[in-house]
Amino acid sequence: MEPTTYTISIYTENNVGLLNRISAIFLKRHINVESLTTSPSEIENVFRFVIVVKMKQENIARVVKQIEKQIDVIRAYYHTDTETIFQESALYKIKSEALFEERHIQNIIKKSQANIVTVSPEFFVIEKTGFREETEKLYEDLRPYGLLQFVRSGRISVSKAKMGISEILNTFKTKNNEEKSS
Amino acid sequence: MKSAVIKNKTSHEVKGITGAEAVIRCLLAEGVDLVFGYPGGAIMPIYDELYKFQDQLHHVLTRHEQGAAHMAQGFARTSGKVGVAMATSGPGATNLVTGIADAQIDSTPMVCITGQVASHLLGTDAFQETDIIGISTPVTKWNCQITKASDIPSMLAKAFYIARSGRPGPVLIDITKDAQFETFDFQYEPCQGIRSYQPQTEIDPTAIAEAASLINAAQKPLIVWGQGVILGQAEEEFKAFVEKTQIPAAWTILGLSALPTSHPQNMGMVGMHGNYAPNLLTNECDLLIAVGMRFDDRVTGDLGTYAKQAKIIHLEIDPAEINKNVPVDLAVLGNCKSSLQQLLPLVSKKDLSPWYQRFEALKATEINKVINNDLYPTKPGLTMGEAIKVINKHSGGDAIIVTDVGQHQMVACRYAEFNQSKSNVTSGGLGTMGFALPAAIGAKMGAPNREVVAIIGDGGYQMTIQELGTIFQQQLAVKIVVLNNEFLGMVRQWQQLFFDKRYASTEMINPDFIKIAEAYRIPAKKVQNRTELDTAVGEMISCQGPYFLEVCVEKEDNVFPMIPSGASVSDIRLE
Repeated sequence: MEPTTYTISIYTENNVGLLNRISAIFLKRHINVESLTTSPSEIENVFRFVIVVKMKQENIARVVKQIEKQIDVIRAYYHTDTETIFQESALYKIKSEALFEERHIQNIIKKSQANIVTVSPEFFVIEKTGFREETEKLYEDLRPYGLLQFVRSGRISVSKAKMGISEILNTFKTKNNEEKSS
Repeated sequence: MKSAVIKNKTSHEVKGITGAEAVIRCLLAEGVDLVFGYPGGAIMPIYDELYKFQDQLHHVLTRHEQGAAHMAQGFARTSGKVGVAMATSGPGATNLVTGIADAQIDSTPMVCITGQVASHLLGTDAFQETDIIGISTPVTKWNCQITKASDIPSMLAKAFYIARSGRPGPVLIDITKDAQFETFDFQYEPCQGIRSYQPQTEIDPTAIAEAASLINAAQKPLIVWGQGVILGQAEEEFKAFVEKTQIPAAWTILGLSALPTSHPQNMGMVGMHGNYAPNLLTNECDLLIAVGMRFDDRVTGDLGTYAKQAKIIHLEIDPAEINKNVPVDLAVLGNCKSSLQQLLPLVSKKDLSPWYQRFEALKATEINKVINNDLYPTKPGLTMGEAIKVINKHSGGDAIIVTDVGQHQMVACRYAEFNQSKSNVTSGGLGTMGFALPAAIGAKMGAPNREVVAIIGDGGYQMTIQELGTIFQQQLAVKIVVLNNEFLGMVRQWQQLFFDKRYASTEMINPDFIKIAEAYRIPAKKVQNRTELDTAVGEMISCQGPYFLEVCVEKEDNVFPMIPSGASVSDIRLE
């Protein structure tokens, strides 16, 4: 069976060693991580990892359970592309002279709905957020004009289905209070 | 000057103490009175406090940090408490790693405390600096580095809670030297819970009901139990369940001793060198009830042909184990103590005598082809099996048997008799040679009133032989039996069977083990003939202190039955 692209979302406590623990789970199983992003989540002091992997369906559940087993992981989920809303950001740095000498560039930027982030006498920077195909197309379109630098972020994603982390954390609070008062 | 203000039994408060003293107070608050370890530069402040608290906290000086880790494991396995090991930074910490990995794969509750270079030196490649957090991450349930004294109480409380709760495991706490020196106002509260870690799963009543109906409908059911029964303190519930259902039950190597050997429903060991009947009948049963075990590859052999005909129920505490190796029909998540309790009133007894006859017939074959040769040999050379048989006779099945790794381990686990739980200490998942001697020291300290017999091969014995020094210094009545075949026997067996007898680096030229034992003032005897065995073992068991017995066994005996690596349980070989 062909591997599928999965987006793994992990809600965690902010713990310095956790990145190491999570990456070790993939390393041990020779699973290539396509991208990894960490950021704060919608809940105070709760962080979120978004990891993109290509895996066979029979293995993804096992790996996510191994992630969830880590002490500082509150909950981990996995979703296919159709079950999530996801985006990536890319930055393109180009010589400023190209902007004025090559009229096509302005058309490319306009058509791609990219934003110009900054323009200086030496270079300008374009930002494009979207699907992988969109940032890749812009890369291909701009490449002939000489890209000084190109970088693309990892995938950020929110699930279509509810994750209910606040409820999980509230259950813990209530359970703990009951234990204390009993 | 110590100014202990203890508010009550669970809350401890002292003003202005060092991080090092806080470590000791945390250990005392957790009920620890014994630690195994080895001092060194980065952990000296803690050792200085150990000196001051030596009337309350006994420190066992090992001869190598690996020994400290295995002792903590042995202690945990026989006492049911959390084992504690200490080491300095750098090589001290890395020497613990084998024991930590062993504890992780065998779910042994352990807290390791390592010293670390001062925080301002972290990342500078300082003397004896090593990234033990990075190194130990894949082999710990949890780990953490402390750089501030004020973090010590909460982190140690968390460490003990994590080590002992849920599926137990090792935790490592790395404390920088400056944090050990720093003073702060100490206050200790035991950890009550961690929001991202929920070790207690409520048992799902639907799963229980479904399990009961599967059990009650089965004609040829088989129970395979593992260490989960022991770790969950579920021996009573398990026995009641086994007896009420009358289902035959077999064990994984770590489940050994949870049900007495003499129990009529105890069908023996499953796995690579397990018994003939339970292995073959795994592929004949209509229901496999797995209790607190994890379908290790040494148990299942080829997964593609493992119990395909059976429905499988898995009683398991660790969600990550469900469907990890073997897809199951029904998972009952939670501590098996609770799930067995809930199952008990719903299951009924059934006449399984035709099914038992299958076990009896296959057992007769095994007795004929294997067991008689092992226990009642007709050839002149001593067998490992008869040594175990004689130990059984003198221990009466009441001893804790600690084994190392290899042929002697398989033979000892197959033939040793056990009357009570927590009596089998072995390195199962990791297969750590060198485990037994230090683990036996810890086992004895965890159960000081019990007889502890370490059964070790001549190879593994020499991996941690220096711990004889610990036995000598602690004056521990550990009985050591080396079954000497002058080979790394299990590897040699594989070379014979699968590598055309090319005995690459498996022959051992051994020292005079008797002289070595005597150098540590341990009474020692060497047995070469069958006629001497019984008296020597009798003398060893009746000895009040430590005793070393070398039994020279047949050099090229093989352990059977055997499921060749990667083969099906149905392909188990008797010769």
